[in-house]
Amino acid sequence: MNVSVATVVRLLVLVLAVVVLQLAVVGQISLFYANADLLPLVALSIGLLAGPVAGATVGFLLGLVADMALLQTLGVTSLLLIGVGYLAGRYRELRDATHKLVPPIGGLVATLAYAAAFSLIQFLLGVESPVSPLVIREIVVGALLNALLIIPVFAAVRAFLRADLIDDLRPRRRPVTRLRVTT
Amino acid sequence: MYKKSVRRRRAVLALLVSLSIALLTVYFGESASGGLHAVQRGFLEVLAPLQEGANRALKPARDLVGWTGDVFDAKSENDDLREQNEQLRRQVAALETAERDARQLRALVGLNRSSRFPDGYDPVGARVIGRSPTVWYSAITIDKGSSSGVRTNQPVVSGAGLVGRVSDVSGGAARVTLITDHTSGVSAQLVPDGPNGLVKATVGNPSDLLLDFVQKGRAVRSGATVVTSGWRSSRLESLFPRGIPIGRVTRVDSDERELYQRVHLRPFADLRELDVVEVLTGQSNAAENAQVTP
Repeated sequence: MNVSVATVVRLLVLVLAVVVLQLAVVGQISLFYANADLLPLVALSIGLLAGPVAGATVGFLLGLVADMALLQTLGVTSLLLIGVGYLAGRYRELRDATHKLVPPIGGLVATLAYAAAFSLIQFLLGVESPVSPLVIREIVVGALLNALLIIPVFAAVRAFLRADLIDDLRPRRRPVTRLRVTT
Repeated sequence: MYKKSVRRRRAVLALLVSLSIALLTVYFGESASGGLHAVQRGFLEVLAPLQEGANRALKPARDLVGWTGDVFDAKSENDDLREQNEQLRRQVAALETAERDARQLRALVGLNRSSRFPDGYDPVGARVIGRSPTVWYSAITIDKGSSSGVRTNQPVVSGAGLVGRVSDVSGGAARVTLITDHTSGVSAQLVPDGPNGLVKATVGNPSDLLLDFVQKGRAVRSGATVVTSGWRSSRLESLFPRGIPIGRVTRVDSDERELYQRVHLRPFADLRELDVVEVLTGQSNAAENAQVTP
């Protein structure tokens, strides 16, 4: 990823826009008793497109801004989104991240892992009410919604950062081979 | 070159993780008036107009998606509403009789209560501009803050019933902790003459609240209404005024090993679909005196 002042500004704008969109719109839409969550999806997208350092940094900023805006305990969301962005970036470095199924499967896995880790932290910090088994349904349905939502989110993030990306993650076409017909 | 890149990557990761843990530790350690909390409130002050703008501009899109989801729920909701309607019709008849008796009794003891609810409070209407995305934090952000008279711990209601209480305030926005949050507790009673208890959330299921600490042997019937009990002692006072509707009893769990029966209720307010709420301002003394009392 080319890092310039313009890149940093673009990333900050992206972080702010995503948090506002999540809190004001996406978080208020409830489908099948669950909500989609843009935050892990954007951290994942940045990790897949720009590598672990950018993924972790954007994850940290997303978490920080979200916790600030919601007056929540600072640091919890950041810590988890750093993991999502970093691991997505490492996947890009170690495996083929150009396959079309990588974003949806990644979105599903990342959201499940993020929600599970968030739940674990909440249990460690103390939960003062009984927990319904339906919490699992909410996490799973939310992850499925995110697996669908990652497709436009990934495309939008890629379009937004196209100028800064060194090698764009498009599925590579096979070279056309000419067949020589011999009679 | 490769080693340098790996070192840089690890250093950035270590720095970000350390920073997060440091924030977490400091935030937990400081009081609500601490530096990080103040920065957070200042940030919300800046972000709130943006959130409000996005909330208004994209409301049609949100409504469209919400409508699609509602269609799926409409049929089961219709059946529930028919059943509720039957129950309400019976209750209205009973209440009309009770109201007539109460009027006569009030006249006898010289009380003159206004029918306006709740007495002594000044409701401030507010729009919901944000919602926590995780199942663990049940909180919303509203577009009214201390400049509109909103203070910490004031009760928040919707047209249907109790929603929660104000947990943090900045100049132009406030955070409301919903009654479905795991930290929430509301002293409540079954009406008309039922037992008292404490309404707690069930994490993961916002349609199910729990009225706990109801003694065994006290009759609780399904369909009964639960309201805030609004108790008051010489030194402490409940955060919530008496009589705000909370929900309707759906079932009662009675375990022989437990001291208390656990009463499940469905909240009247649809806490997933809140657009507009009212903050009951004007009783700040009660709220300040009763900071730790539900």
